[in-house]
Amino acid sequence: MLCQRCGQRTATVHLTKFINGQKSEMHLCEQCARETGELDFVIEPAFSLNQLLAGLLSQEPAPPTSEPGGEVRASERGLSRCPLCGLTYREFARTGRLGCSRCYSHFEDRLDPLLQRIHGHRRHVGKGPRRISNAAEVYAQIERLKAEMDQAIRVEAFERAAELRDKIKELESKLE
Amino acid sequence: MARNLEGVPFPHLLDAGRAEQVAQRVKAAIDHINAAGKFGGLEFYFLEELSALDRQVLAEKRLISPQHAELAPGRAAAIRRDEGVSIMVNEEDHIRLQCLFPGLAIGGAWRLASEIDDWLEQRLPYAYCPRRGYLTACPTNVGTGLRVSVMMHLPALVMSGEARKLFSAITKVGLVVRGLYGEGTEAAGNIFQISNQVSLGVSEEEIIEKIRGVATQIVEQERSARQGLLRQARAKIEDRICRAYGVLSQARIISSEEAIRLWSDVKMGIDLGVLNGADSRPVNEVLVISGPGYIQRLAGRRLDATERDIRRALLIRERMRVYKSP
Repeated sequence: MLCQRCGQRTATVHLTKFINGQKSEMHLCEQCARETGELDFVIEPAFSLNQLLAGLLSQEPAPPTSEPGGEVRASERGLSRCPLCGLTYREFARTGRLGCSRCYSHFEDRLDPLLQRIHGHRRHVGKGPRRISNAAEVYAQIERLKAEMDQAIRVEAFERAAELRDKIKELESKLE
Repeated sequence: MARNLEGVPFPHLLDAGRAEQVAQRVKAAIDHINAAGKFGGLEFYFLEELSALDRQVLAEKRLISPQHAELAPGRAAAIRRDEGVSIMVNEEDHIRLQCLFPGLAIGGAWRLASEIDDWLEQRLPYAYCPRRGYLTACPTNVGTGLRVSVMMHLPALVMSGEARKLFSAITKVGLVVRGLYGEGTEAAGNIFQISNQVSLGVSEEEIIEKIRGVATQIVEQERSARQGLLRQARAKIEDRICRAYGVLSQARIISSEEAIRLWSDVKMGIDLGVLNGADSRPVNEVLVISGPGYIQRLAGRRLDATERDIRRALLIRERMRVYKSP
């Protein structure tokens, strides 16, 4: 198929547009598509990380403004303050910057899904400071014990599960 | 590499006094490194003690960011004498460590950065948690806190129109492309910076391998695009290179945009052997000496735009003398 604009080159860009229910089709070569600006929305190399973050934050569901029969908790309104730096989640959503290292645990519930969307992962892999290099191992051990505990609960081996729970608690206290 | 101090709010929430304290703590750690005779000596500067022009030159040399060059309490920088290492203090994060290597020496840059990081860590307790890694002001950097970038000069891919397709493919594998001078595919000088976007859940080695793999492929594509251009339109390409060389070696007034644009053609001419007489080091200096801050500092005073353009043309002509056109 030839490009319907220049009629010379092969059409490699096939566009179907729906505008107010009206369907229209276009078949263009790459050069004409570029010249008419039809390709512009497809490729945006200058897309910056901050834009990406702002986009992701704006996609988040709006926090509930009221709850039937009860007070809305401050954290749900995005007004709960980080105990170390005093930042609210709402302020973070506006600037894209957290206030301190404590914010990561204080806003954990809302940050974790965000990290998943930004990075495709939630868990760090790689280098760590030497002073806590053991901590990564402890963490991995906790994960293993948790899986084992879930299994124990599933087969109703509650005594074993309780033992595991205590071990996990002990290890977790080491990480604090 | 982004690092922060445990228990201290990130720089944008610090008052002047606490920002100063952070700078003093980092300075103490750098002094400790220097006392041990490591890394060839890191010079520590409190930015408020530097002139606006000196700060601008640091930004033009990419040793600090343009934002960091603006005055704010506690901002500082430690810079190795050969300018291959720079550490920004109180930028977006408490510490931003940068190692610049020529060529595709990403592994070397990472090893040096990691070793300096180990030394800093001896004196500075980092904000880190095993689950989320190094904690940063912006969640886009959390985890390794590592941004690996490769600067690439891609004139033939831009000329042949392949760059656009390539960049769209690159963004699909989790990397980001930016123009070094200006944004988009029409970046002045055809210099592009390719970086990782993801910092959490992938190890430093994985990030490096991915960038290295992609960069190697781009190098191959650029090389074959250059050969393709020469085969199809040798006269046109040589004409373009020699015209650029003509202007840079003769112009009496030149703006920095024009200089950077023509730099791209001359640099390609040297790489292709159309221009000879020297390697590309002298022409590469054009990129640094073209900056408005650099020219004014060399002159020792503020210059208006026309004065700058005249001096720039002179400095560039001197660099061009070593080259010969066919």
